Amino acid sequence: MAILADENVRVIVQGITGREASTFTKDMMDYGTQVVAGVTPGKLGQTVHGVAVYDTLRQALKEHPAEASVISVPPALVKDAAIEALENGIKLVVVISERVPRKDTIAFLEVASENKARVIGPNTLGLISPEKIKLGMAGGPVGDVKKAYMPGFVGIASRSGGMTTEVANLLTANGIGQSTCIGIGGDPVVGSNFLDLIPLFENDPETKVVVLFSEPGGVIEEKLCERVMAEKYQTPIIAFIAGRFVDDMPGVRFGHAATIVEGDRGTTKSKISMFNKAGIRVAESFSDIVRIAREYIDA
Amino acid sequence: MRLLEFEAKDILKKYGIELPAGQVVSAADGFNFTSPVMLKAQVPIGGRGKAGGVIAADSLKQCRAGIKNLLGKKIRGYHIPKLLVEEKLEIEREFFMAITYDTVAKAPIAIFSPQGGVDIEILAASDPGKVRYETFSARHRLPLYRAKEIISETGVTGKRLLALTVILSKLADIFLDYDATVAEINPLALTKEGKLVALDCHLEIDDDALFRHRELGEIAKGTNRVQPERTASEFERKAMEIDNLDHRGVAGRVIEFDGTMGLIIGGGGASLTAFDAVKAHGGKPANYCEIGGNPSVLKVKELTKLILSKPGVEKIAVIMNVVSNTRVDLVARGIIKGVLESGKDPAATVAVFRIPGAWEEEGYKILSKYGVQFGDRTCSIDQAAQLAVKNFSE
Repeated sequence: MAILADENVRVIVQGITGREASTFTKDMMDYGTQVVAGVTPGKLGQTVHGVAVYDTLRQALKEHPAEASVISVPPALVKDAAIEALENGIKLVVVISERVPRKDTIAFLEVASENKARVIGPNTLGLISPEKIKLGMAGGPVGDVKKAYMPGFVGIASRSGGMTTEVANLLTANGIGQSTCIGIGGDPVVGSNFLDLIPLFENDPETKVVVLFSEPGGVIEEKLCERVMAEKYQTPIIAFIAGRFVDDMPGVRFGHAATIVEGDRGTTKSKISMFNKAGIRVAESFSDIVRIAREYIDA
Repeated sequence: MRLLEFEAKDILKKYGIELPAGQVVSAADGFNFTSPVMLKAQVPIGGRGKAGGVIAADSLKQCRAGIKNLLGKKIRGYHIPKLLVEEKLEIEREFFMAITYDTVAKAPIAIFSPQGGVDIEILAASDPGKVRYETFSARHRLPLYRAKEIISETGVTGKRLLALTVILSKLADIFLDYDATVAEINPLALTKEGKLVALDCHLEIDDDALFRHRELGEIAKGTNRVQPERTASEFERKAMEIDNLDHRGVAGRVIEFDGTMGLIIGGGGASLTAFDAVKAHGGKPANYCEIGGNPSVLKVKELTKLILSKPGVEKIAVIMNVVSNTRVDLVARGIIKGVLESGKDPAATVAVFRIPGAWEEEGYKILSKYGVQFGDRTCSIDQAAQLAVKNFSE
């Protein structure tokens, strides 16, 4: 088991002829991901690493049914590509592209919610369910992915793309495997944040414990803690928060409006005290993640 | 990007929101005022009043003196190139309204309070009933009935409710039309004559959407819109120049600290992790930085030299997460070259090198050749930091 995607999921890459997309398409296929088609408008009939390219997603789907799409197109075109995928029935959309205007992200997330579909990203490296599927760039080429990831019982959700692989690598080096590992994306608004992912891990019988990688800023950790206390989730959560030193530095000043919405939160101190209150274990050092994870894996 | 007050007000005007009569000036002559005025420094920061950037003038003489005074001043690091001179109005009461994004709800959110003014955040915390906020759809906007629902929840009724409703709905249109991340009118004043007038306005535009608003990009050209958290040090300025040497990857975001441990760390999340770990083990960093995105050998080399040139810095620690995009061998090459060009011995200078991942074998070969100690992927980031602190004290 895994959350979001397993080996049966068929994938279309939107923007497949781009340099970056073509590279990660190959890496995904080498890892065993079923990439069934690609889309780049005007490039019908071409192939990328043996994958047929179509002008539209609808055209591609007629020949190649698929459940997921990975989008890597220029920022100005992301909204249209994402809505194209959602309106054509794709249930999992992974948006790799960076610098997507916030209004566009909000707009396609509204469509996703109406279509009961899930979005990862924007500005994500993607996700990996070890030895089942890899969506996006996460982990790099197959050789590197196999060194860092192995199947097991720990779910990972990370606000940093690079640290998704780093956490997996730390666990793998200590003989602890992972169920699904997700870089949630670096933008202030992403399709699936900690609040959205924890319930999925909660319902996954294979995931025994979840590791969250957090950073200063935003209030998603605080909101998660409120939810964890209200819903009484059973799956244990381990949080590691990087950037504690940032609390001591002159911070970013928010406008009035943001302060009213977010309150005086967002510092690592505030997040840690909320984690403690909610019963979420805080790893004091990075290696500490292993020690705490073992308690739950061996239990 | 934050628009200046007068730029934001130009937009409000287009949408039919009433403003005080005003004029933008950059010199103390060439105009005449008959009524008392407010002189407002046009700088892209909040809290201008408290910082001395807004003053009242009751006579032409006071006005000229005030303009001269403000134009020569600097507030919070910003020169004041322009002032907005506005008629001073008689105010009955003040309202607050704003649109921003609720990042958790993933939706735009409208905020209204019948008590506007400078301390609105305090009010929101102490008397939450006085501030109403509700999310709405970015695609369906904020129709009049929704704006009315929000405002009426705060107890406002009568013809005032109708007038405020129109303004809040328009503000939502501005927010969406201009790809704003914050659109705020505070205070929205009710004048003695019974008019609703936007006394101040804060518009923040999404940098990632500026390609759709070229006219806004144009007006900001050549002006400093980046809020300086602190003034960059000479060391930090040099680091910025290094990052601009070429467009390949990042070797920047350098922040100077007063310790002697030189750090070359990356990427984003891993830099934060490594810096915390160094401090937790008692290390005193000379700097923070973030490298990533496969920076060129040249950039890494120059950054190495810059850090080693800092007085008191004898050694550097190099720590990154497991990389898939950045090439380990290229970073290793840059580090070694930088150390050699600084006239130092790599084996004695690099306290630890811990970057596993893409092209690691090639990287480790280079490091071995120079006798540099390196940690592979079985050495975690905090173990590497611990090792670095230990090697620094030797």
